[in-house]
Amino acid sequence: MKVARITALAFLVVVSAACLFADFVAPAPYARQFRDVPDAAPSHQHLLGTDSLGRDRFSRVLYGTRVSLLLAPAAALLASILAALIGGTAGFVGGWLERCVMAATDLFLSLPWLFLLITVRALLPLNTAPFTSVLITFALLGCLGWAAAARVICADARTFCQSDFILRARASGSGGFRLLWRHIVPNLKPVLYAQFWIAVPVFILAEANLGALGLGVAEPLPSWGSLLRELESFSPLSSQPWQFVPLVLLIAVVSCFHLAMKKQELSV
Amino acid sequence: MNSSSSARSATRTVAVHATRLAVILLLGGFLGATLVRVAPGFGTDESDLDSRLSQQSMQALRQSRSSQDSLAGFYVRYLGRLLHGDLGTSRTLQQPVTQLLKDRLPETLKSVGLGLALAWTLGLTLALASVMSRSWFVDLFGSLLAGVLLCVPAAVMAILFVIAQAPARLVLGLIVFPKIFRYARNLLARTAAMPHVLTARAKGLGGTRVLLWHVLPVAAPQLLALAGVSVSVAFAAAIPVEALCDLPGIGQLAWKAALGRDLELLVNLTMVVTAVTLVANSASDLLGNSARAGAV
Repeated sequence: MKVARITALAFLVVVSAACLFADFVAPAPYARQFRDVPDAAPSHQHLLGTDSLGRDRFSRVLYGTRVSLLLAPAAALLASILAALIGGTAGFVGGWLERCVMAATDLFLSLPWLFLLITVRALLPLNTAPFTSVLITFALLGCLGWAAAARVICADARTFCQSDFILRARASGSGGFRLLWRHIVPNLKPVLYAQFWIAVPVFILAEANLGALGLGVAEPLPSWGSLLRELESFSPLSSQPWQFVPLVLLIAVVSCFHLAMKKQELSV
Repeated sequence: MNSSSSARSATRTVAVHATRLAVILLLGGFLGATLVRVAPGFGTDESDLDSRLSQQSMQALRQSRSSQDSLAGFYVRYLGRLLHGDLGTSRTLQQPVTQLLKDRLPETLKSVGLGLALAWTLGLTLALASVMSRSWFVDLFGSLLAGVLLCVPAAVMAILFVIAQAPARLVLGLIVFPKIFRYARNLLARTAAMPHVLTARAKGLGGTRVLLWHVLPVAAPQLLALAGVSVSVAFAAAIPVEALCDLPGIGQLAWKAALGRDLELLVNLTMVVTAVTLVANSASDLLGNSARAGAV
């Protein structure tokens, strides 16, 4: 199991490094069109061929992976921070605040995730600049994905508040903020890390779903969602199996995120 | 005395669930109404583009609309209409939302029902086989299948089914299956390792008897809770599946509404799906409680 974890982490590091240095690794900018060779097969010049608009597919996979791999963790971080603030405060203060927060999380968790996501996405402008669409998509994922984590963190914070070491800290004169900052937050860190790791693959898949439905990152900026959307035009007769490379990469990366999580993190 | 108190307790539980359902729907309704009300473009009308109207007429029309649509007034009217079964009219499709739901909900229910049946049959069978046979091969096969399916977005799975010209309704089953398999396998493995099960095995009870009498009754409440959650997962996956496989259900309707920014339709669809999933969750909770009471 340890070998699998290390291999998964190594794979994630390699893919992340390749994407971060996409400007150097990619043979062409993601939006550049080679109009004389649309739908080209893999060659020395275009390692994964070109798409129907003549754009180099390998470059687009690299840049698309960069968008998803950088921004999904950013969205997960936002969701974890919101969950820590909302759930941690509710668990620490208790009483009516905790009940209100739990009712709000109940409401959030009752709404089917994808329905809520596309409802709020439709509320925001759809025809935006590519960069704005990236920010909107991932900010939305971060802002709507806090509820489940907040519930776990609230329960943990409540347990810590009732524990002996907090009672002793109170008895020795520790006040509200100090108690929260010095004693409760450090103990919540493992749960927060676990929630962060769990959220990353969920957000990658959510972006892929939104992108495939045309509600994610706007063209010409690539993301896994928009790259996978190309599969809609796949025909077994055209025999271009290299179109499946983004899907294989997505499955590999999400599997690695699952493998990289410790068993105890998964059980949180 | 005992039966009357248990009946009272059951009634109280049902009442608590019904109240919770009503409160969440009311809050969801308010949230939805707020979304519709604050969305950019709310209150604009085709008459704004009518060149025959004078500036003063347009001003007067806008003023009358804005005076009608204060947030509080909007809430009250929205709820009033909701209570009369009027969910408004779809802006993009120019049809009453109630009619659209009547036409499309059965299609989605059929897809979701079939998908859940497939997912539960496959998931529970593999989980039971993995735990009861204690075969590493079955466990590895199930884990690998679930692991791969868990990493494929629902939309991509739908596209793959379209390419393979496979029955689209089965996609939902494959999306829900990994969640059921993983949870059921872990739960059954934990239950199978409990002392009373080990004792039963040590006393020489057969595998089927141990499963039916000692494992399943203990695991039943949590499996029922999972059933409620799986309904929600299946409904959420219905959007990309119906949109990309061209199934005329409410998932496809929601996608069209999102692309057309038809918020009134979208919010009502979300409310309906929320109500269905809440009812499913409450029903599974109640069944789980009675199963737990039976097991005790």
